[in-house]
Amino acid sequence: MSVRHALLALLSEGPKYGLQLREEFEARTGEVWPLNVGQVYTTLQRLERDGLVESDDAGEDGPQKGFRITADGAQELAGWLRTPPDLSSPPRDELVIKVLVAMRLPGVDVHEVVQVHRKYLVELMQEWTRLKEDEADYDLPLALAVDAELFRLDSVIRWLDSADGRLRRAAGDPPGRAASPVPMPMPRLRRKAGVRR
Amino acid sequence: MTALELRRVSKDYGEGPAEVHALRDIDLSVEAGALVAVMGPSGSGKSTLLTIAGSLEDPTSGEVLIGGTALSGMSRNDKARLRRRSIGYVFQDFNLLAGLTAAENVALPLELDGIAARKARVTSMATLEELGLADRASRFPDELSGGERQRVAIARAVVGERRLLLTDEPTGALDSANGEAVMRLVRAACKRGVAGVVVTHDAQLASWADRVVFLRDGRVADQTSPPPGPESLLASGPRQAPGTGQ
Repeated sequence: MSVRHALLALLSEGPKYGLQLREEFEARTGEVWPLNVGQVYTTLQRLERDGLVESDDAGEDGPQKGFRITADGAQELAGWLRTPPDLSSPPRDELVIKVLVAMRLPGVDVHEVVQVHRKYLVELMQEWTRLKEDEADYDLPLALAVDAELFRLDSVIRWLDSADGRLRRAAGDPPGRAASPVPMPMPRLRRKAGVRR
Repeated sequence: MTALELRRVSKDYGEGPAEVHALRDIDLSVEAGALVAVMGPSGSGKSTLLTIAGSLEDPTSGEVLIGGTALSGMSRNDKARLRRRSIGYVFQDFNLLAGLTAAENVALPLELDGIAARKARVTSMATLEELGLADRASRFPDELSGGERQRVAIARAVVGERRLLLTDEPTGALDSANGEAVMRLVRAACKRGVAGVVVTHDAQLASWADRVVFLRDGRVADQTSPPPGPESLLASGPRQAPGTGQ
């Protein structure tokens, strides 16, 4: 998440001190994204430089310095809220690359590679679910953040499951036998990945 | 205590060239209070595993023990009694009887087992209360939402002395909020000491379990390690995946 816009959001509720901003940022994001102190203050300096926030002139830089949002800052925040994140071009997904490489390497069982990642992702989901089970009744922002992680990880597992099945079908193997390597020109796939920004 | 144990369980269907090995040498044990998810694609044998664990079907070879007792030595009547008293089943369809209220549905397995209606009703209410469903007790199934019906089905599956809860895609027909409510209820039942097995292809559902067993072509292909607890997520961000070093 953009620290810059998170701080503008907090300041849109009213003037706040540096330390207060840091604490509220952590509380709002369910402590899922810990932030170091320095990041808050340097970001505030930049926001001030860009005219998006104003500070008490008298105060020194640090936890006790007070800040408030400017009209430009409010406009910037409104624009950011409505700007879709860039999901239009396929990300260079490391996991996809690993599976594409695994299916071409002799002596490597691509299904075994898929299972290593599937298991890791399920274990990660178990941890997030446990966190949700224990805490989410009391902490709505945390529940929302954890759900986002769970849906994201779930989508990766679904892709792995679908890849697993597709590889088996492509190899025409009876279930249980490793698919033989299928030639797959990876560079062409890369070229086809459209970029629409 | 081990509530459910499968020892080298295999199941074959058909003969000769048409023979299908649905399950091969499955070892699985589920302790009281634990929830185990069995994950696998269609045709991996997970539903067969559930029907054999629930004594609805016999294995071709191997042994199933429920509460430490081997099923192979039991008569049909003993097995039927065991199913009525010790095992609860929940499937994707709620299977509640439309003419009975929630409380009557939950009391039904007790009454079928010969418990007096009044006592069965008291036990049913106690279970509904424990699972936070007391205010739905006098509703008929068609007056309940899909999520509520499935929660009542779970109450029915764990009412009385039932110690083994077997579920096949219990949230399959529900949206994610209701699915979560159902899984919270399954977890609550396990915290009371019930051993749970949930069979699913859905990772979100499986992630509620203490342990996830991956089934592939009738074999246990892999299983998760015990979760290290949520602290690890907050301390340093998600763990590094195996083999994802840059």
